Amino acid sequence: MFTSYEIGSVYDEMFAREGRPRPQYLALYERLAELPAEELRQRQQAADATFLNQGITFTVYGHDQGTEKIFPYDLIPRIITAAEWAEIERGLTQRIIALNLFLRDVYHEGRILADGVIPRELLYSCRHYRREMRGIHVPRDVYIAVVGTDLVRDADGRFVVLEDNLRVPSGVSYMLVNRQVMKRTFPTLFNRYNVRPTEHYGQALLETLRALAPQHRPDPTIVLLTPGVYNSAYFEHTFLARQMGIQLVEGRDLLAHDNIIYMRTTAGLRRVDVIYRRVDDDFVDPLAFRPDSTLGVAGLLNAYRAGNVGLANAIGTGIADDKAIYAYVPRIISYYLGEEPILPNVETYLLTDETDRRYVLEHLDELVVKAVGESGGYGMLIGPQSTREQRDEFRRRILADPRNYIAQPTLSLSRAACFIDGCVEARHVDLRPYILYGERVVIVPGGLTRVALRRGSLVVNSSQGGGSKDTWVLND
Amino acid sequence: MTKTPMLSRVADSLYWMARYLERAEHTARLLDVNLHSGLDQTPSAAARRWERLLVTLHSVPPDCGATPYAITQALTFDTANNDSIVASIAAARENARQVREQISSEMWEQINRLYLQVRRTSMHEMWSGEPHVFFRAIKEGAHLFQGITDATLSYDEGWWFIQIGRYLERALATATLLDGHFGAFDTGADDLAAGFDYLEWVSLLKSCTAFEAYCKVYTASIRPEHVVEFLLLNADFPRSVRFAADMIQDAAQAIGRASATRGTARVERLAGRLRAALDYGQVDEIMADMHAYLMSVRRMCLQVHDAIYHTYISYSVDTMLG
Repeated sequence: MFTSYEIGSVYDEMFAREGRPRPQYLALYERLAELPAEELRQRQQAADATFLNQGITFTVYGHDQGTEKIFPYDLIPRIITAAEWAEIERGLTQRIIALNLFLRDVYHEGRILADGVIPRELLYSCRHYRREMRGIHVPRDVYIAVVGTDLVRDADGRFVVLEDNLRVPSGVSYMLVNRQVMKRTFPTLFNRYNVRPTEHYGQALLETLRALAPQHRPDPTIVLLTPGVYNSAYFEHTFLARQMGIQLVEGRDLLAHDNIIYMRTTAGLRRVDVIYRRVDDDFVDPLAFRPDSTLGVAGLLNAYRAGNVGLANAIGTGIADDKAIYAYVPRIISYYLGEEPILPNVETYLLTDETDRRYVLEHLDELVVKAVGESGGYGMLIGPQSTREQRDEFRRRILADPRNYIAQPTLSLSRAACFIDGCVEARHVDLRPYILYGERVVIVPGGLTRVALRRGSLVVNSSQGGGSKDTWVLND
Repeated sequence: MTKTPMLSRVADSLYWMARYLERAEHTARLLDVNLHSGLDQTPSAAARRWERLLVTLHSVPPDCGATPYAITQALTFDTANNDSIVASIAAARENARQVREQISSEMWEQINRLYLQVRRTSMHEMWSGEPHVFFRAIKEGAHLFQGITDATLSYDEGWWFIQIGRYLERALATATLLDGHFGAFDTGADDLAAGFDYLEWVSLLKSCTAFEAYCKVYTASIRPEHVVEFLLLNADFPRSVRFAADMIQDAAQAIGRASATRGTARVERLAGRLRAALDYGQVDEIMADMHAYLMSVRRMCLQVHDAIYHTYISYSVDTMLG
């Protein structure tokens, strides 16, 4: 089973350097070693069939036939110890609180800009900066109620933050469904481990959203706004709406009248108090943003400004996950909280800085270059795996618009054991825990472990051939 | 805590989900009966029957000629034909997908499985194997979906929208089927008796899975007026038009109660009128001008449909802000 398994130079989740399984993986390792490959294959097939029959799929853009694909699921769980998790939890809580204070500040007084910690031109040139949000009071001052932050392990096994997703992070449904499938596929093994549950995520999310209701609305109506059935994350929207028992609405179900948002029901119009929107800023309100959007609600921004509706997340939060602002997050944490960051950042070169830029252009073949406003693994150059043409292309683009790019060292993402073509092999993984912030910060123990299923690949995004596996956070 | 009323869009999707699935099942049943009874007919009689089938399904003959193979292909797998079984099931599933958090997981899984199953099958494979097995699987798949719906979904507004969709589709389809059947002998009662073909009437009943139920009421002696009476006016048989009209009225009233919207009276009045037309229908009068009667039933069904849309789904916002 493990014959073709290579422990490389990067951190291996299952094995210590000398090839012994780490203590938390021992029981899993022994179970896998004794299982015939055929048996594993059957369980993998059963799991895949579950995903397909339940229609747990995402949409691949640009194809006509078979536009729905299942998100590949790997049988073998990834295990995180209680001590590791405690550190992650503290670090993420600190980070989210600081980022939220940052958003409150830049859309109001702008102290951090006045104090020169962050250059004004950097902030105002963010693609996701929304002037319209200046001076708007948002419920509880919570801008980022639902967050997914991507962590990776460095070569020493330390977790570092790769990026924050503060706009409309997705993938949490896979975290929950992977667990359901896991419990069905390996009931005994799962039972033997003392794994912390994730099932209460739906409830926690509902509580978070409830906290964002306008104050004079004691029994708020909460809805989830989806772009509709053709959105790649539509399954997740239906899943979460069901978990919370709230209505799943589309833009055409809602309307604004006298700064109040209503939905069209068979019994006439009903007032809506909180919107968990899974529609990007650009599309939420055709009056305020893109006029050609049919996904949003005309007049939503005004209703929000009037304090008649809560939004999760607020509009304009994308400035805090801009990849150039990312480089300043350690300084943001120290500035607002007076603390050292618990989870470190990845070293980041700003291409607006002349010394950084010169260094990056000389070392394009070693570095990863990313466009600042992109996500999903798009607009990236991975130096060591790039061709000369690609590097030349990025050199041109960087020189044309340095503000639009950052560079980071090529990370040695840790590798985890995956079941591939009848064998267990090591593949690169990351971890996206989901953070909720309503009355307080809540992090459900676990997250989505994404896997780069192609051998040697470092890109874990589902749109680029990635898969996922269940993530076990152990009790002490 | 008061229950939030249903979104208009959700009601719309549930309604059409049920209609499309009913349509797929109806087409599957007709094809199955036609393929089966074509076996012991002369080629010319069989050809007439296929033509009639196209009429009763409002379909035009496929380009490649009206052979049984071509017609079956067009009505089963042709996705360009909106009324084909595959297109109907895909549309039913698409509607279900848009409201998947409103229906039960079991319902969604069943309709998804049915969809995947028909997508996996090719015409060639079906035709060279046993078509009957394929069509039976579709009918069973649709019945299973209905059973799962009744067993797992709350009988609230959404369930009633499913009911009203299913029975409106059924009333329309049965009325059209009868019309097509009688249209073929549309030269008055004398000719009707002359052209009487036992097999034709049996297969009409079988097209509504009504043969056994008919025999229990009228014995196996097949008479056109009895067949008409049974398929139109029988109160207890679930595929008769009258039964459908009763269910439509029940559903209209239940939806009216659940949503308590102003203006539900119109839907209920129209549904009541449809029901009365069947409850108090007289078979000899109906058969005097069968076509006119069936057209009026169809028209009343469509009026109920329009009224539902006007009241619950595409109402103008001004009337609601008051």
